[in-house]
This record gives sequence, C-alpha cells and structure tokens, in this order.
Amino acid sequence: MITAGCDVGSLTSKAVVMRGDRILGSAIIRSRTKPEETARQVLDEALKQAGLSQKDISKCVGTGYGRERIDFVNDTRSEIACHGRGAKWLVPTARTVIDIGGQDCKAMRLDENGAVGRFVTNDKCAAGTGRFLEVMADVLHVPIEELGKLSARAKAPVVLASTCTVWAQADVIEYLNAETSIEDIGGGINNAMAGRVASLANAVKVERDVCMTGGVAKNIGVIRALEKLIGQRIVIPRKADPQLAGAIGAALLAQEGS
Amino acid sequence: MLVAGIDVGSLTAKAVILENGKIKASAVIRATPKPDESARLALGAALEQGKLKEADIAFRAGTGYGRKKIRSADAIFSEIACHAKGALADRPTARSIIDIGGQDAKAAIFDENGQVLRYQYNDKCASGTGRFLEIMAEVMGVKLENMGELALAAKNTVRISNQCVVFAETEVISLINAGQEPGAIIKGIHQAMAGRVAALARSIGVTPEVVFTGGVAKNKGVAAALAESLGLELFALSIDPQINGAFGAALMGAEQAASGKMAS
Repeated sequence: MITAGCDVGSLTSKAVVMRGDRILGSAIIRSRTKPEETARQVLDEALKQAGLSQKDISKCVGTGYGRERIDFVNDTRSEIACHGRGAKWLVPTARTVIDIGGQDCKAMRLDENGAVGRFVTNDKCAAGTGRFLEVMADVLHVPIEELGKLSARAKAPVVLASTCTVWAQADVIEYLNAETSIEDIGGGINNAMAGRVASLANAVKVERDVCMTGGVAKNIGVIRALEKLIGQRIVIPRKADPQLAGAIGAALLAQEGS
Repeated sequence: MLVAGIDVGSLTAKAVILENGKIKASAVIRATPKPDESARLALGAALEQGKLKEADIAFRAGTGYGRKKIRSADAIFSEIACHAKGALADRPTARSIIDIGGQDAKAAIFDENGQVLRYQYNDKCASGTGRFLEIMAEVMGVKLENMGELALAAKNTVRISNQCVVFAETEVISLINAGQEPGAIIKGIHQAMAGRVAALARSIGVTPEVVFTGGVAKNKGVAAALAESLGLELFALSIDPQINGAFGAALMGAEQAASGKMAS
C-alpha cells in the first residue's frame, strides 16, 4: 500500500511517500502563504522523487498547523501523534522525543509500543524554537546550517542572560560590538537554545532513548549542549532526515488508520 | 532642603529634585551600561535643568533595576514602593498602578499609606513592554511617537493572535503584505499590547483608582486600549509618567532624611 504524509508547518512543509516501511520519495520546501498551495507543491515534489503520481497513492494524511486547509488529504492527524509515530520509525528504541520546529517545540514520551504518553508543547514563545536560531544566525550573518558547528570551535562560549529572543538578540549585538569571536557567540547561542529546550524536555521526565526530530536536530551544537543538560545521549536519526518525522508519521498512520 | 530621587532603568535613567515635596527639576536620559554613571548623568541633567547646585542636595535616594550600583545613594528603595509612593502623592485616591517601561511592565496595588499589598512584574518577556511598540513602529514604518494617535484615529482593527513579539512581528508583516489597512493593524498592535498588560494587572486584581505610568503611558493609544481591556478607568498623573519612580524615590528619601534628622 502506497501512502503519503504531508506536514504543513508555518516555516517549512514536508511530504513523504511510503510503501510499507520504505520511503519512496520525500521533499522539504519553504512554506508559502497558502497552506493548500504549499501542500500541493511539496507532495508533487515527493511524488516526482518517487517516480509516482497522485493516483498511485491510496491514502494521504495531513498534519501540521495548516492541515485543515489541505483539500486533497483523506484524513488529518495531530502533530503529536504524527511526530510520535515518525520518531518510532526513525529510532525504534525511542522513549522520549524532542521535536524542535521552525516556530514551536515539543517534548513527548513514547511507551514501548510507540504510543504517545505525556507531552508538553510551546508554540507561544519564540525562545527554544527554530526561530530563535534564525534570528541569531541573521544577526551573526551566518547561514543557519553553519550555526551548529560554531560550538565546537568556541573557546569561551558567551552566556546569554535572557531567555527572551528579543533581549537575547540585543545581548548578541552587544557581544558583536565588543568584538567577541563568532565562535564564542555561536556557542553561547546554541547553549541558550539548549537551555530552553531542556526545561521543556525535563517537564516530561526524560527517559532513554532520547531522539530529536525537526529541523533543529541538524544543529550539532544544540544537540551536544542539550545532552549535557538532560544527562542523556541524544540519538540522531540516520534512516532519514529528522525534519521529515511528522510527514513519515502521517504516511505510516495512513497505512495503519481506520 | 533639596532631595534627589534617581531611577536607573535599563534603557533610561530619571532624576527628580524635590524641595518641600514639590518637584523643582527633573530629567530623563538614555542609560549607559554602567548604572552608577547613568545615575550621575541623570542627576547632572536635572541639576542643569533646574539651575541647581549639587552641593545643595541633602539626600539622594536610588531606585530602579540598577539601584544597588548607585554609589552616591544615601538610601535605596524598591521600584514598586517608589511607584506607589509617587502615584499616591500625585493622586491620593490612587490604589493601583500599572507601569510600562522600555523593557518591563509592572502592576501593584497599595493602601492609602502607600504600603504595597500585591505586585507582579514582567521583566523576562518582551511582550507587553515598550520594546514591542518600538519594534512594531519600525515594521509599520511609523515614528514611535505617532503610534498612539494612529491607533486612536483608526476606525477598524485587526486582531493579532500572537503574543510573542517575534511571532507578532511576522504576523504583522503578513498582514501588511495581505493589504490590510495600516491604521487597523496599528490599532490591533495596541490592543495586543494592552491585552498582555491587562492580564498581568488582572493577576493581582488591580482595583480603582488605577494610575498608568512609565514611558509607555505617554502613548494615548495604549492607555485607551488598556482601559478597555481592563474595563476600568485609567488615570494619568499630572507629572511626566516616566519620572514617577524617581519622584517616589525622592519622596521616600525626604521622609527618611527627615526622620533621620529627628532621631539625631
């Protein structure tokens, strides 16, 4: 059975086409103003990669903040359910999932069957979300993909006293004006991010194996700092891009769904 | 006897010089990273404004987030206590205060003697602080000083659903791109601001009469939106709302100086 999952986020949208347990095609694109258009586009790209067309798909499940606006999906499921399911596929031993997206972050516990238990989310405050890193990367004039690597080269990472993105941004600008090295500032930024995420994660009581999903799972600086703060190793998914977790979960739920 | 009250905040430092309970001089200056320096500069500016001599200052009272660093202070007092004191002196029927500064917001209720009964403040989140308005003014391409009038003049409003300044900024940009009326967006911005602060005020149960102080109190749009959000009348002080903390500090300093004299 070939199914598709569409995860429409506020910053990026993801689509995955799966047959059983295998990914046939996937895509990640920047979200546009209209969720329907973005969903259409990202699914088309995933289908293209799979060498398939819409008619090959038996069922498509939508998730993410824009899911109710996608007219071509058969069903919609919550982000929590999809991320939990996707994380289980990515890291079968996962019991705690930390998902950091463009504008939100969540932490959830999975039981031995991969069902989601306790979870906490933050979609109200930019701190601890991908946006925090985007804002800071912009101030540093560093591409966001490069921000993570700065931590390893930092000699004395700065301390950002404020949690709030607005105040932290002002702190970063001051450090820049004081000619602090980009590596030390970058390290400080990643640490600050990890600090905020750790508070969220600890609220669900972290249990191994811990895995991270979402775009920020590609930032090694945040991961290493977070590991220290939660006192657990974080398993980075290797089977597929961690940013696809929601879409993968949606595609799998499409197969399993009633 | 001249008494000085100095309120050192993170963005601005204020100084008020009192003689027999009346304001003789005052000044508001941009703070420097060093609170002690800001205090000196603010006092200097007030002295110049009133053509007064530093040697005539008998007592210096400090307050504000930088108060512990003011080396020349004879006494320091909490901001909340100073704000309550100042509000009550200006308006004896006042029983609550809402103060919105550049980087924080506070609410307090007090009794007829200025004794603070309950207070709450936000100095962690930029939402509901002057910074929110500053950022929005930039996004709208409007001068900060004009924001309030534009909000008042707008007939329609657009709801801004995000409280976080960072997310609200993106939302406002989307609204502009979607062709929404700038006036309506600005009104929505003021209502969002007011909503956040009203929640803070409600959490301690502000009761009449409520005075509105701090730099942001000069924005009539916020004052109107806040009164509407709270469902209570908001009173302005007769003095510059930004100097209320320094004014209260000076009053508290004068009291302490007087009791000190009596004791000796």
